Amino acid sequence: MENMIILQVILSGITAGLVYGLISIGLSLIWGIMDMVNFAHADFMMLSMYFTYIAWSKFALDPMYSLPLIMILMFVIGVVVYLAIVRKTVGGEIVTQILATFGIVVFLQNMAQFLWSANYQMIRNPIVSGSFALGDLFLQKAQVVSGIASLMAAGLIWIFIHKTKLGWALQATAQNRGAAPLIGINVNKMFSIAWGIGLASVAVAGVLLANYYYIFPQVGATFQLLALIAVALGGFGSIPGALLAGLTVGIIEALSGFFIEPAYKYVVVFSLYIVVVLIRPQGLFGTHH
Amino acid sequence: MLRRFFICLLSVLVILSIMVGVNSVFAEVKEIKVGVVIPLSGNLATTGNLLKQSMELAIEVVNNKYENLNVPMAETEGFPNFDGAKLKMIFLDDQSNPEKSMGSVDQLISQEKVCAVMGSISSTVTATASQAAERLGVPFLSHTSSSPGLTERGFKWFFRCCPDDDLFTKNFFQFMEDAKKEKSIELGKTIAMLYENTLWGSDVAKAIRKYAPQFDYKIIADLPYTSRSASLTSEIQRLKAANADIVMLASYVSDAILIQTTMKDMNYIPPIMLAMDSGHNDPNFIKTVGDLANYIVSREVFTSTLLGDPTVAEINEMIIEKTGFPLVQVTAQGFMGVLVLADALSRAESLEPEAIRIALVETDIPQEKVIFPWPGIKFNEKGQVSTGRGIMVQILDQKYKPIWPFEIANVEPILPIPGWDER
Repeated sequence: MENMIILQVILSGITAGLVYGLISIGLSLIWGIMDMVNFAHADFMMLSMYFTYIAWSKFALDPMYSLPLIMILMFVIGVVVYLAIVRKTVGGEIVTQILATFGIVVFLQNMAQFLWSANYQMIRNPIVSGSFALGDLFLQKAQVVSGIASLMAAGLIWIFIHKTKLGWALQATAQNRGAAPLIGINVNKMFSIAWGIGLASVAVAGVLLANYYYIFPQVGATFQLLALIAVALGGFGSIPGALLAGLTVGIIEALSGFFIEPAYKYVVVFSLYIVVVLIRPQGLFGTHH
Repeated sequence: MLRRFFICLLSVLVILSIMVGVNSVFAEVKEIKVGVVIPLSGNLATTGNLLKQSMELAIEVVNNKYENLNVPMAETEGFPNFDGAKLKMIFLDDQSNPEKSMGSVDQLISQEKVCAVMGSISSTVTATASQAAERLGVPFLSHTSSSPGLTERGFKWFFRCCPDDDLFTKNFFQFMEDAKKEKSIELGKTIAMLYENTLWGSDVAKAIRKYAPQFDYKIIADLPYTSRSASLTSEIQRLKAANADIVMLASYVSDAILIQTTMKDMNYIPPIMLAMDSGHNDPNFIKTVGDLANYIVSREVFTSTLLGDPTVAEINEMIIEKTGFPLVQVTAQGFMGVLVLADALSRAESLEPEAIRIALVETDIPQEKVIFPWPGIKFNEKGQVSTGRGIMVQILDQKYKPIWPFEIANVEPILPIPGWDER
């Protein structure tokens, strides 16, 4: 029985970790290509959670159906945010970039509170809900679906970046944004695509999270911190690294919460992060710049 | 001649200046300013906004005549002792942030010149906010924070008009003993505690540790957690593994929502869940999780059966109109809290802090003017309301129904809680 409980804890950690990984992928992509930290990443996730809620409450659209629509919408928002705000900070001081995305955080949270109030919202009885038994183990359907989706998203983004021309152009821009225009690459277009894909991938996380998590204007805060840890742990810009680091964070969080003390679970996660940063500053899967 | 003229002129000026001076000393007080620090954004914004709305309703009662309401300050318009001055409350958002609350209290007292301060919700925030008021020597009235430690600090200016968790925790055990004796409900003797790890949750845990041995119960799991965690799965795993007869909870609303949905997904429910109010009594809790909330037992200071009283029924209608929710603990406390302070202000000889403090110390609101089932409102020497009482409610059909004390209960408790697949 004791073994089954531990196995259950690990399984829960894996499913939670895959969601952290999914959130981190988009952040890592923007970071890797633009060398820029998007502090508003999880707040865009919050935005996609609200879109999911609105689609469900106003148009009776289950999150699984609204998912593609919200992905497209968030892609467009990503491009617009890049062109309207972020573009002006590219090449500037790092502090300017931090403050710009931090300004977006403040704007998004306050806009959400203004438009949708500070009240908690939750999607009731979505298609993907409840749990299923695997012998003595219980798995939450919504978390399993999110986990599968995060694996798929990571795979698709990896294929896009490594196997398509546009992906190569993105890589080329990331490697040398000064030389990229010399071979006909439009840097602004590449960056706006990076923002679009980054936000579309966090939209997947937001929509699937809305299946089982409450929604309120500050919901992104905790996830932002975990996503930043996962990106730094996995290696800046590494998509598989972000996914695996997210997974690691989830498993460590679950195990330390179970074996040590729930109140200290993030202490263990953050301690691991500090250790990795000290021993391997480029992250587990990153390369030296 | 010229000398006489100057003496006359000087006399006139002196008399005029004295008149102006006297006039300013006895100038008509048009409004009495009270500061309020509560969370209007952030994690507790939903509870904070409800609290604010109920307080605004009480301000209307203080400033206008409501002869049909039998509560303090309803019979007069404003404060008769200050020539009918109106009550004005200045609300500042503390974002549930202790540092922010301290700065807000400083601002209210030094810039807005408020004569008293009320707030907040989270006990941790109330602790720091009231420290600022204590340092500046201005009365501070807490109306929702229930951590017992708040009134154990030996503060001169701190008052609390709601019961503390020590009393409520004792009520938990009294309820279980009464349920066993009078209703033959056997719930077992092992307890698992799951509580958020700031001042409030930790104080609740301390009170449970104090009373459990006294009532012959055994704590087999003691689980503090960080509020607003991204996941509470491992916490629920621990609860499930402990398999205690009784689960006692102290959670804010976001965690209460996550606990309930995670328990459902993990197909786990203990025989009884005893919640220390807060998140589990926030109207948004039931609104968000729906029927998953059913069968939880929580402590309260207010219950719907009190709506039989015409005054409470009238206030309930007013609250529904203002907030969209019927009167619950948080709105009842918000409403009554303002009236307790207004009552003291109406008896204060001046708006000097000491005069208001003395008026608060001398508070003696009779039973019939209190919307809670208490024998009136009085403070003890620590500034803690000494007349408060707790009620146990159970969520049945997504409504809070009183189940204890049995004399005010209108339904029978349904315990042990049915399993998820038995509902």
